[in-house]
Amino acid sequence: MSLYSAETRRLTKRRFTKLFLLGVTLILAAVAAGMFFTNEKAGPAQIASAQAQAQQDYQRSLEQFQRDQAACQAAQGTAQASNWPPGCEGMIEPTAEDFQAQWYMPPTFDFRESFPDMVTTLAALLAMVAFIVGASFVGAEWSSGGMMNLLLWRPQRLRVLGTKLAALLVFFTALTVVFSAVWTGLFYLIAQARGSSESMTSGAWQSIALMELRGLALVIVAGAVGFGLASLGRHTAMALGVTIGAVIVFQFGLGTVLSLASVKFAEAYLIPVWMIAWMDKEVKIEDYNSCDFSSASGCVPDSLTLTWPMAGGVLAAVFVVIVVASMWTMRSRDVT
Amino acid sequence: MTAVLEIAGLQKTYRSRKGVRRALDGFDMTVEAGQVHGFLGPNGSGKTTTLRTLLGLIRPNGGRMAILGREVPASLPEVAGQVGAIVESPQFFGNFTAQDTLSLLADAGGVRKERVVAVLELVGLRDRAKDRVKTYSLGMKQRLAVASALLKEPKLLILDEPANGLDPGGIREMRTLMRNLAESGMTVVLSSHILGEIQLICDSVTIISAGRRVAAGSVADVLKTHTSLSVKVALEPGVDMRNAIELLRANGAQVTVEHDHFTVGNAGNPAQITRILAEREIYVSELTPMSADLESVFLELTGTAPVEGQNRQVDQSAAAPAPASGGWGQ
Ligand SMILES: Nc1ncnc2c1ncn2[C@@H]1O[C@H](COP(=O)(O)OP(=O)(O)O)[C@@H](O)[C@H]1O
Ligand SMILES: [Mg+2]
Repeated sequence: MSLYSAETRRLTKRRFTKLFLLGVTLILAAVAAGMFFTNEKAGPAQIASAQAQAQQDYQRSLEQFQRDQAACQAAQGTAQASNWPPGCEGMIEPTAEDFQAQWYMPPTFDFRESFPDMVTTLAALLAMVAFIVGASFVGAEWSSGGMMNLLLWRPQRLRVLGTKLAALLVFFTALTVVFSAVWTGLFYLIAQARGSSESMTSGAWQSIALMELRGLALVIVAGAVGFGLASLGRHTAMALGVTIGAVIVFQFGLGTVLSLASVKFAEAYLIPVWMIAWMDKEVKIEDYNSCDFSSASGCVPDSLTLTWPMAGGVLAAVFVVIVVASMWTMRSRDVT
Repeated sequence: MTAVLEIAGLQKTYRSRKGVRRALDGFDMTVEAGQVHGFLGPNGSGKTTTLRTLLGLIRPNGGRMAILGREVPASLPEVAGQVGAIVESPQFFGNFTAQDTLSLLADAGGVRKERVVAVLELVGLRDRAKDRVKTYSLGMKQRLAVASALLKEPKLLILDEPANGLDPGGIREMRTLMRNLAESGMTVVLSSHILGEIQLICDSVTIISAGRRVAAGSVADVLKTHTSLSVKVALEPGVDMRNAIELLRANGAQVTVEHDHFTVGNAGNPAQITRILAEREIYVSELTPMSADLESVFLELTGTAPVEGQNRQVDQSAAAPAPASGGWGQ
């Protein structure tokens, strides 16, 4: 327990951690502020104004149509006739349908519809911070020689590394829970002020809570992967540089190669799709080169649906592989 | 007396892409309780490797080790609380203060918080304890390292080259500190390549060369068994030294010629010198025994004495014990 509290203290004392938490807080605040200022509540005044504007635009285009038609009629038989459709046919008269008031409504924040995207945003940002902070937490310790000092104190390698990882993951779990609660509350208020939360049933709340839970899992896995990679490489740069570099190159490279080779469902090999499948519960990849003909709907492309249990399996596998590998090398490699 | 530290037949071979390097080749070492023990060896002889292995940082390829009577590395977790150690100028996380660094270690090891203040005072860092370690000089970092090793009030203190980067005042303070610690009952193992240092404060020494022990025992014993008495000989002014030197050499003496005198390195019986010379009517005006020092023993045993016109490379040192120099003329 003493080791655990020391590690938690070390983590929160680091300027790196503080800096990144401050950064993510500012970004989140900016997102919330942006949503607040770009949305408006749809009250009777907004509806009336939208209707008035739709009506006005309808009238204006109707007048324009009538003017054009008159001009066309007048031009018949003169040299200008070629500027108009022959016989003035095919000129379409605008209808009131073409100017619906709802298209003139200012953007409004509907909680049920818009909040899930915000949950994904939060989870993605926190996962990134967890990855970087996790990598630097153990990486700096390795490269500064602090790990060796610690091992002189507690010559139990697995325990030292495991406790460090536990401290990191517990910290980020607590952080994510707090941030998610505040984030939900904040957007609930934004919905009250700049939109609506009327459609929120208890089922909808439950699905948001589950989504936030999946976000938490994503944050934990990201933290553990950053930590594990940096510990394997015994340097922060190992996790940050190599991973980010490799992922980008590999993903771009792989994406290009797969699509050149016309591999079916090439996107399924790319990381972001799996992230989306995890957060949004499923993602459907379609192969537009294929055609399942049906008489009812014509050509329907082949599709592959990735579901959240599949994505969860991938996340769990990555987590286990990297943590086990880092523990194993911790146990067997010399510390020099 | 009981042995606080025992090492027998320790083997360590480093393997890397560049090949294998045998750093320890059947190394033995014993340290008795309550002593200040010097662990001497030239650069690259395996001192740090020995200490790392002992402290569980690297895995040996063979041999046995025990600390405070317990086999290590198996029992290391149990004895770790009684061993304070620094290995090869330890580094600390630069952005933390000395105070934070030590208090985190204290936390991790379950040591009382008051110890932090006490050890900072002891190593003379009290007034700089709130500065970030990044801003410390080499000597100050070294002091911090010693402080961290002392934090647990260890029974056995292991310091790898603690004098690195210290100023003369610092070295002397460190010396006093070690002596005081030893008097309070702590056993101190001190690795160094600075010999004057060791001779001044150590009760006993182990000398390592190329991964093997070449000498061990109390400083006096090592000096006695590994040096033969050498004497300084001066002749009457105006007498040509060359004759005398040839004569002695012909009788098997190891003679080194100096500016106005010469020394005989293996003079087990100085009376021989006067007798041989007097027979040829060469009379000695001065015959002074020269006190042996650890440095010459070290240089001889490890084969690292400088040779004129050669640049010795780090890995060139004697692998086997040098033959005991026989007392000439006995
Ligand atoms: N991590 C390592 N990998 C390979 N060789 C090493 C490593 N550490 C030390 N050595 C080699 O082992 C030998 C002993 O080194 P060391 O124990 O550090 O010597 P000392 O501390 O006595 O100066 C040296 O030849 C050194 O080059
Ligand atoms: Mg060394």
